[in-house]
Amino acid sequence: MSIFKYSSPAMFFPLAGKLLPWFSALAVLFGAIGLYLGLFVAPEDFQQGEVYRIIFIHVPAAWMAMFIYLVMAMYGVMALTLNTRLSAMMMEALAPTGAIFTALALWTGALWGRPTWGTYWAWDARMTSTLILLFLYVGYIALINAIEDKKRADKAGALLVIVGSVNVPIIYFSVKWWNTLHQGLSVSATAPSKMASIMLWAMLTMAIACWMYAIAISLVRVRAIICERERDRILGQERIRRREPAPGSAVASL
Amino acid sequence: MSTAPHSVQPYESAGFAAERGFLVAFARDARLAVRSKGEVVQALAFFVVIVSLFPLAIGPESALLKRIAPGVVWVAALLSVLLTLPRILANDHADGTLEQLALSVYPLPLIVAGKIVAHWLITGLPLALLSPVLGLQFGLESRELAVMFASLMLGTPVLSLVGSIGAALTLGVRGGSILLALLVLPLYIPVLIFGAGAVEQSMAGIDVSANLSLLGAILLLGGLVVPFAVAVAVKISLD
Amino acid sequence: MNWAEFFSMDGRGFYVWGSFGAFAIAIVVEIIFVRLRAGRAQAAIEDALLADKARGRMQ
Repeated sequence: MSIFKYSSPAMFFPLAGKLLPWFSALAVLFGAIGLYLGLFVAPEDFQQGEVYRIIFIHVPAAWMAMFIYLVMAMYGVMALTLNTRLSAMMMEALAPTGAIFTALALWTGALWGRPTWGTYWAWDARMTSTLILLFLYVGYIALINAIEDKKRADKAGALLVIVGSVNVPIIYFSVKWWNTLHQGLSVSATAPSKMASIMLWAMLTMAIACWMYAIAISLVRVRAIICERERDRILGQERIRRREPAPGSAVASL
Repeated sequence: MSTAPHSVQPYESAGFAAERGFLVAFARDARLAVRSKGEVVQALAFFVVIVSLFPLAIGPESALLKRIAPGVVWVAALLSVLLTLPRILANDHADGTLEQLALSVYPLPLIVAGKIVAHWLITGLPLALLSPVLGLQFGLESRELAVMFASLMLGTPVLSLVGSIGAALTLGVRGGSILLALLVLPLYIPVLIFGAGAVEQSMAGIDVSANLSLLGAILLLGGLVVPFAVAVAVKISLD
Repeated sequence: MNWAEFFSMDGRGFYVWGSFGAFAIAIVVEIIFVRLRAGRAQAAIEDALLADKARGRMQ
């Protein structure tokens, strides 16, 4: 049994409930420290002035945008090879958060670009690839919502994300290639002149906060998905638990 | 090979029988396309109309038109192929043929490979053959026309390949055609970039071999891998 | 430190607070929607359990 026990959605449901407060607390803690460091402790940037502080949310959002898609692809491989329902549910739970982080990366990038390079949007390689990543998230969400049979939606979504993740490096390379072909649009100085170590720490702390937040919110979402799709199993489990409370069992707290 | 396909094959001839899966699917789709020539012609006409809209929208200034010609032709090719994607699998899915093919003795990846090649022959190839005529309308030189033809010859098979994954995933899904576009177009971006880039580089007098080799590499890789992904997608949709 | 100066961010407050504000709004909205969804899903299960109890009492 060991950890594979938790690959069953009904078994994972209470575990997710137990983990949730920890990840929420970590997200709040790291977020508070990161914001304090980023907004109050880190000094003004030599070249960009105060506006560089957008980096403390822009870079974490951009990292999470890519990272969540990668995690989804890993769950996708598990969903197709091991045939685990929970992996597909995790993908479904992660996708909206990934899409939100991608949109935020674009939004904060635009608001940072305007004062630093004088334009909200440049067809720069990184911005363009992030936009395409947003399309990939939207495609996945649209696909799983369009397919009525949940089992098929799970597998189709898993395959799509795997194909997409294989394509992401090719897309990134091609967009970079395209960008060098059309010179003049490339924008440098995306990072402040010289990252003081306190800036780096603030950024990393914010990245950890975003990571913990993503885990926490997808745990809540996956619990909702499990309740919606495995209602009978959760119900049976709850009936057993409430009639014969087994002390110290793994499903003790909902 | 005189044995019927459903009979048990001896080990040595199993390979030969497997290859037949490709030919069976290919011949069937090609025959169907010949019978319904209208659809092939419609896709081509769509291609021509889209390309002709741009001068009307932008104006007849020849320098500008020449500048945008590679992008216009490539985007139009992308959209035309996109419109024909449902034809790869949807009709066979609707009348149950796809299920029969999936249950047949032939390996499913070879069957879909046959269907993809047939699809390219009736959509991508005609587009590529027609493209020099459209290029002439935009004032491209003969060398540039040749590069455009070559880039389309290498790129449109990739469009059929990658598109068939999307076509397989959206089989029988409500609002499938818009969904298909949403799934497939982002994946088409590298082909668009390298294809249109090759033509632009030839216009700038730069060596185009890098772009064309990249397209060729994508084609080889896609040709090897994609049929398996499509087979998985078809199985998912049929379950 | 002066708060007015802090919020003005060298006169680039619009960009900085536009970013941080959008971030905060996105997260708050996401939390609200997800909790509503989870609440609905769990309420359906609670309802079923209550129905169980009611049936138990009748027997």
